[in-house]
Amino acid sequence: MKILVCISKAPDTTSKIAFTEGNTKFDENGVQFIVNPYDEWYALVRALEIKEAQGGNVTILSVGGADYEPIIRKALAIGADDAVRIDAQESDSLYVAKQIAEYAKDKGFDIIMCGKETINYNGSVVPGMVAELLDLPYIPLAVKLDVNAGVATLEREVNGGLEVVEVTGSFVLSAAKGMAEQRIPNMRGIMAARTKPLQVVPAFAAETSTKLVSYDLPPAKGACKYIDAEQAGDLIRILHEEAKVI
Amino acid sequence: MSVLIYADSHHGKFPKSSLEAVSYGAAIAASRGTTSVVLTIGTLQGDGGLGKAGAQKVLNASSVHTTDSQQLSRLVVAAAQAQNADVIIFSHDIAGKMIAPRVAARLDAGLIPGATSLPASEGAFKIKKNVFSGKAIAELEVTTSKKVITLLPNSFSVKTDGQDAPVEAFQADLGNTTLKVKEVKSEEKEGEIPLPEADLVVSAGRGLKGPENWGIVETLAHELGAATACSRPVSDIGWRPHHEHVGQTGITIRPNLYIAIGISGAIQHLAGVNGSKTIVVINKDPEAPFFKAADYGIVGDAFEVLPKLIEAAKAYNASK
Repeated sequence: MKILVCISKAPDTTSKIAFTEGNTKFDENGVQFIVNPYDEWYALVRALEIKEAQGGNVTILSVGGADYEPIIRKALAIGADDAVRIDAQESDSLYVAKQIAEYAKDKGFDIIMCGKETINYNGSVVPGMVAELLDLPYIPLAVKLDVNAGVATLEREVNGGLEVVEVTGSFVLSAAKGMAEQRIPNMRGIMAARTKPLQVVPAFAAETSTKLVSYDLPPAKGACKYIDAEQAGDLIRILHEEAKVI
Repeated sequence: MSVLIYADSHHGKFPKSSLEAVSYGAAIAASRGTTSVVLTIGTLQGDGGLGKAGAQKVLNASSVHTTDSQQLSRLVVAAAQAQNADVIIFSHDIAGKMIAPRVAARLDAGLIPGATSLPASEGAFKIKKNVFSGKAIAELEVTTSKKVITLLPNSFSVKTDGQDAPVEAFQADLGNTTLKVKEVKSEEKEGEIPLPEADLVVSAGRGLKGPENWGIVETLAHELGAATACSRPVSDIGWRPHHEHVGQTGITIRPNLYIAIGISGAIQHLAGVNGSKTIVVINKDPEAPFFKAADYGIVGDAFEVLPKLIEAAKAYNASK
């Protein structure tokens, strides 16, 4: 099995969200970056489990600048074999998808895995675009993946339940909770990651299709109005008369 | 030119999220002086209520039942070409997340996933979306001639005063797929409101102390006509089913009312519910961080507060 796992970097969940340069740039000052959790906990770990059971190779792919290298090394420390960084600014989703597809098109990957969305841009679209650009099947929101004799069986979230699908040949998936459990890299993994191959390839020529105008913070919530626990029933009246939600 | 909207149906009905996308697309078509065309698959009764929601024309691919992204995107691309559509709309639901990226890549169109606003009325095609798990808003401009948008559920009101729309049969070559559906495991219960569709949600966490205590949560939800949800620890230890888990790794919801009982309000949980219009927090710990995100708070024991709420909800229902 030759598996490509695409990882993105994201600010740690507890980061303070602020913007600079006239609200056009995320303020990275003091922000801790992590591997996007869906990419790491679910996609990467399941890829490694399949490799450990059946042999093969797990390659990490990121689209981004040199500041991506710490998170790529983390993915290598968890157990990936090698990594590729496409040296391009991750500007919009179609641009990123074109970079990934252009790199992957002649490498013969059996599975291309991504997380279900990034926790910073919450788009959920790059893997579907990669699938279309490579003309491959796409299984979004996959919670289970097994591979047996070249046939992959997956479970994916659908309205009101799960759909079990089988696919032969190469495909793209996005991984959701349930696919695997988080792995903490051990010291041996961290040492080994330092010398694992990390290839930097130049950006492929592509146009962007969207551009950021500005960021804004949501309007601040008013203070919480407290209702005495003894008079809890009053809440129902307030929800009807004041909040007008029932 | 036209605006094409793909409306997903479930058990032959169009969920609210699909109707929102139809009304949103109709508003864009009206502002651009073009026609709103809705594409549907499977059996359709009349115009399926899509005209009322704003469709001026309905295309029905009645023989199509596939759930494969490749085949469905070929269908949408064929309809977009046949209708000369320059704006293509989906809901940011399971179908939209699956098909829209493929359609955008095929048409080389800029995509705004999870839009929360109409395009700016003048000048460039600019749309807002939530980023950083609801902690910020970004305004993005689509710079390509064709545009694809997925609309975040509960961001746009469903129109109800449209005219019945003419329905035309639609067919396209869906090509092959190597994907085979083996089985569908339904987790739906009779009469239960699906969580992503719910306007009102009653949610509980570890403060309930055990799965046997969920009766009062379900009773309150029933009286309010709400769906039930839960926090991550509760679904991880198996007190409640996985599909009820809301939060960063579970599902994201944006109901009009979210009542959180015995949930402390970890940042990962807030990421899944911070788009709710009104948040009520009931917790016996006055220091629970969730109160900071709440509109209304009750500091008290769930086992004392909930019976009072149920009684008041029953009285309210009787007075309606």
